[in-house]
Amino acid sequence: MSSFTSGQLASAKVAAARQRRIKRTKTLTILAFLLPGFILLAVFMLYPVGASTYYSLFKWNGLGPRETFVGLENYQRVLSHNVFLGALKHSLLLVVLSLLIQLPMALGLALLLVRSKIRGKRFLRAIFFIPYVFSEVITAILWLYVYHPSNGLANVMLGSVGIDGMAWLANRTTVLPAIFIVLTWKFFGFHMLLYMAAIQNVPRDLEDAARVNGADEFAVLRYVTLPMMGSTIRLSVFLSILGSLQQFIIVWLLTEGGPVSSSELVVTYLMKFGITRMALGYGSTVAVLMFLLTLVFSIGYQRTIMRQDYLD
Amino acid sequence: MTSTLLRLGTLIVLCVTLISCGTGVTPTASPPPASGQPSAVPVATSAAAAVTSAPATSAPVSDAKVTVRWWHINTIEAEAKVFQDLANDYMAANPNVTIDITVLENEAFKTRLTTAMQSGDPPDLFQSWGGGVLWQFADAKLVRNIAPELNGAWKDSFSTKAALELFGKDGEYYGAPWRWGAVGIFYNKELFAKAGLDPAAPPKTWDEFLSAVKALKAAGITPIALGEKEKWPGHFWWVYLAIRAGGEQAFLAAYDRSGTFNDAPFVEAGTRLKELIDLEPFQDGYLGLGYADQAALMGNGEAAMELMGQWAPPNQASNSTSGEGLGENLSWFPFPALPDGAGNPTDVLGGGDGFAVGINAPDATVDFLRYLTSLDVQKLLVEKKMAIPPVIKGAADQIADPVMQQIVAARDGATYSQLYYDQFLPPAVGEAVNDAVEQLFVGVATPEEVSAQIEDAASSELR
Repeated sequence: MSSFTSGQLASAKVAAARQRRIKRTKTLTILAFLLPGFILLAVFMLYPVGASTYYSLFKWNGLGPRETFVGLENYQRVLSHNVFLGALKHSLLLVVLSLLIQLPMALGLALLLVRSKIRGKRFLRAIFFIPYVFSEVITAILWLYVYHPSNGLANVMLGSVGIDGMAWLANRTTVLPAIFIVLTWKFFGFHMLLYMAAIQNVPRDLEDAARVNGADEFAVLRYVTLPMMGSTIRLSVFLSILGSLQQFIIVWLLTEGGPVSSSELVVTYLMKFGITRMALGYGSTVAVLMFLLTLVFSIGYQRTIMRQDYLD
Repeated sequence: MTSTLLRLGTLIVLCVTLISCGTGVTPTASPPPASGQPSAVPVATSAAAAVTSAPATSAPVSDAKVTVRWWHINTIEAEAKVFQDLANDYMAANPNVTIDITVLENEAFKTRLTTAMQSGDPPDLFQSWGGGVLWQFADAKLVRNIAPELNGAWKDSFSTKAALELFGKDGEYYGAPWRWGAVGIFYNKELFAKAGLDPAAPPKTWDEFLSAVKALKAAGITPIALGEKEKWPGHFWWVYLAIRAGGEQAFLAAYDRSGTFNDAPFVEAGTRLKELIDLEPFQDGYLGLGYADQAALMGNGEAAMELMGQWAPPNQASNSTSGEGLGENLSWFPFPALPDGAGNPTDVLGGGDGFAVGINAPDATVDFLRYLTSLDVQKLLVEKKMAIPPVIKGAADQIADPVMQQIVAARDGATYSQLYYDQFLPPAVGEAVNDAVEQLFVGVATPEEVSAQIEDAASSELR
């Protein structure tokens, strides 16, 4: 240190100060660019979530001042309400069914449309994708006609081959499967399209190399094609789970959660017991629980399963 | 991957929308209210609104431009046009007033009104059935007291005082009815004759009614149309049986908490309804069908009866394949009596439509409401088959339709008139009635359990 002259010391100080200044400007620039996004996030996301959490501590009908503070009683009531637990079960069932049936079906069709040599691929692709283009309201109204007990398409078709039709949406055991069919019809095209794009990105050379090395078609699919599609599959699973947990419009229009809550989902429950009954405190509790559920799932999934997709 | 990103973006937007759906229906980011002050009273949006508490004037005083936002639920095209024409006439006579109409379907209206109320911004003039729901708005200072304008000649012109009373309490009024009727059983005379029943002598007691249902069923006719998906069409059955079994006393006792919904008449209502349900009188899949399907079945002559209010005939017509409904074949009878019940056979369950005035409404709104309930307009609305039955003295004389004459007679002859539960009771109790009764239809609850569920909601909501 003693070898430094005072002049050298001074210039080093100046340089350091300059670097600090540059760094500060940089930080300010970054903040300035982040600000608009943050404001949007704060107004439309953080504030409502915070307000909702606050309301969930009150017994409040949404009108007038909040006076009856009940602490965590709403949470206790929601979590011990069998209709809510049923709704949660139905939502999770939809998640499981989507993962086990809807996504594999979409994957199979995507492989068929990209890798096979059947005719009319473009036509089929358009046909399969059309339901996704419809709005959810149109989808639901369309299927109300299909499921109509006396003159709906489903029963008329069954009738023409000698099977007695039934009231699909009025029966407590068939209502959830019937709704799942509608959801699959509506959303499989979207996942199929994702998979088709992914398959097209799998290099043919790799598959051919595997074949040359004696892999059969199944092995090629299992050890080459599917792993190469990994990031897309992980994303589509993520979207499918979130979508199932948040499903509302189609179920509301088809059954309003009935008969007797046998097709109740978490969001239809929120609508009925929070909005229709004008119990905003209670409804907020459901919203907060739903938020926590999706948040924990999203973060957990991103941190573990999707983590590898963020490395590059 | 661009499309994926796009989807992801859409999804995020959806997430946000969803979360704000659950929470965003709260007053906007206004400063927290001082305690004791109603928080939901929003900032006055027009100059006229600031003089809400000023002495009444019979006509819009100032020439300042005002806009009246009017929400009604008369979605039938011809009816919506009549309302539009009335608004146009009024605007022509009062050039400074603009009437901005929003026509909403019933269920959509309820949802949207709830949201508007919770954000403290009610429309100026809006559909209301009176009773508990309106009173709740009044408690939160979201509707305007029109008593200063109403008291006097205007109030005296109403023939249905009971109906008007449901639009106010404690000497205040927040709106007025424009048509008021009664719920009863509409039936198809041709199908009755086909089943060997006398179309001119419909059943008078519950037992006769059950026999008629059996006769219709034996003749291969669907006895009753019901759209239970929406729940309210089915709850009429239970409520009417409770009225017959317990009369006014039982309901008022349960309402003021000197009694409960576990009391014998309410359990009996469930037991009697169970008798009917066990006959399987409803169309296939009725648990999954709505009111529009119910009206279509009646209008197409595919079911013999429905329990419904006075709005049924036009809905039967508009939902029928021909667009005409049953015409001459349609008739009406009062809900059958329970001979050993405490209720009087002439008691009616009823209700109607009215308009309530929002807290921010300019004075012109009240004046326009007065115009809507004037004798001339009432006569016009009777002529257009809308205000049936009308509420103003002298207007009912014009009714030609025999079905409506019967309904008016039942309404005016009623010893006790009960407003629909789901309007009279707080929403949480009303919905509990609907949900509990649905369970009886599905067969997952006993009559006692139905009563217990309703009592459960009532005990925490009523005081």
